[in-house]
Amino acid sequence: MNPLPTSSLRPTHRTETRAFALVALSAIAWVAAYSAILPLAEWLTYDVIRLARGSHLGESVAFFLYDVPKILLLLSGMIFVITVIQSFFSPERTRAVLSGKREGVGNVLAAALGVLTPFCSCSAVPLFIGFVKAGIPLGVTFSFLTAAPLVNEVALVMLFGTFGWQVAALYAFTGVTIAVISGVVIGKTRPERFVEPFVFQIGTSGTQTIQSPDAQLTWSERFATAWRTTRDIVGKVWPFIVVGIGIGAGIHGFVPQDALAGILGREAWWSVPAGVLLGVPLYSNAAGIVPVAQALVSKGAALGAVLAFMMAVVGLSLPEMIILRRVLKPRLLATFVAVVATGIIFTGYLFNWVLR
Amino acid sequence: MLNVKVLGPGCANCKRLEQAVQRVAGAIGVAVEVEKVTDYAEIMKWDVLQTPGLVVNGKLVAAGRIPSDEEIARLLKPAA
Repeated sequence: MNPLPTSSLRPTHRTETRAFALVALSAIAWVAAYSAILPLAEWLTYDVIRLARGSHLGESVAFFLYDVPKILLLLSGMIFVITVIQSFFSPERTRAVLSGKREGVGNVLAAALGVLTPFCSCSAVPLFIGFVKAGIPLGVTFSFLTAAPLVNEVALVMLFGTFGWQVAALYAFTGVTIAVISGVVIGKTRPERFVEPFVFQIGTSGTQTIQSPDAQLTWSERFATAWRTTRDIVGKVWPFIVVGIGIGAGIHGFVPQDALAGILGREAWWSVPAGVLLGVPLYSNAAGIVPVAQALVSKGAALGAVLAFMMAVVGLSLPEMIILRRVLKPRLLATFVAVVATGIIFTGYLFNWVLR
Repeated sequence: MLNVKVLGPGCANCKRLEQAVQRVAGAIGVAVEVEKVTDYAEIMKWDVLQTPGLVVNGKLVAAGRIPSDEEIARLLKPAA
């Protein structure tokens, strides 16, 4: 029996049109919902629950009721768009671009592609081995492996939603810079010595058929994947966001202005390293941390410390270190952590200095 | 018996892919033997950069994503 001809396996023109229509309708619904949040939150707080305008409790409740749907909507919408963009990039294509690139140019390209290529820390090891096997220099590989988790889409959207686009853009830009520099520095330390030897021994045995799957995606497939990813991510982080905004709302309403300037302010030199140290063991809580951080900043904490903390949470997460230990000897892993942490701390001070 | 391998160190998506394969195979009446490949040295023989990878009869057919049920059915049927 013959397999089905390939043309009938492709979605028809009609499914493509339907997919676009569905996305357009969702976009309209999204905009409508987004513009309804503020009046709805105020109406609920002051007319339904009947809290006094200007009271501590009233302010906190209104802030909470406004911020939770706002952040969740922003997150869903933007993760969807980002995932659609990422569907045009694949690790296979990235590897093809990077192989044959020298260090320097390679590091910059790797860091940029690290942001755009879909990445899950669970795939860090196959990615590392695949890159090494393709002859990509280790320093360039590290630039990719630093940028991919560091410029994390959830963190980016949370920063955008709570601090505005300038802070989000600075975060993305410095994240890429840290990745480039870290890769260059690690490349200089002759890191080959500290890669687990089995990585270099893996050969593709001649009998295996290696073919490149996933040739060309259709738009309906891209949208379907993006929809699934959005649901997964939002489903995973929403409790942290609700709790985080709850704590943030409490701080907004009840902590006096500038109460934190002395402890976490720009003048306190230890605030940035402390942020990094705190961030490493925390993982998916990144989403919940930003609203708290925003509240802290509004009461006088330094933004640099807060951003350093964010970067440490996503870029130096403990789970990823444990995964990378499979291919890196402790010494190289320690170098990696040290170099990236130094970059983050430096960025934290830079932010404190720039954003006055 | 169709040999299917799920390549992955045991991440959430690897488990989900394995379940999807079992479910679809049952639904379309194809006898499959699903093998989980968790060793990196073994996984990398297929040159996957993203897990989970799906191997049907020794051939890599998808990597880094969970194909839809319909796609899995299309991948399993002609191979059986």
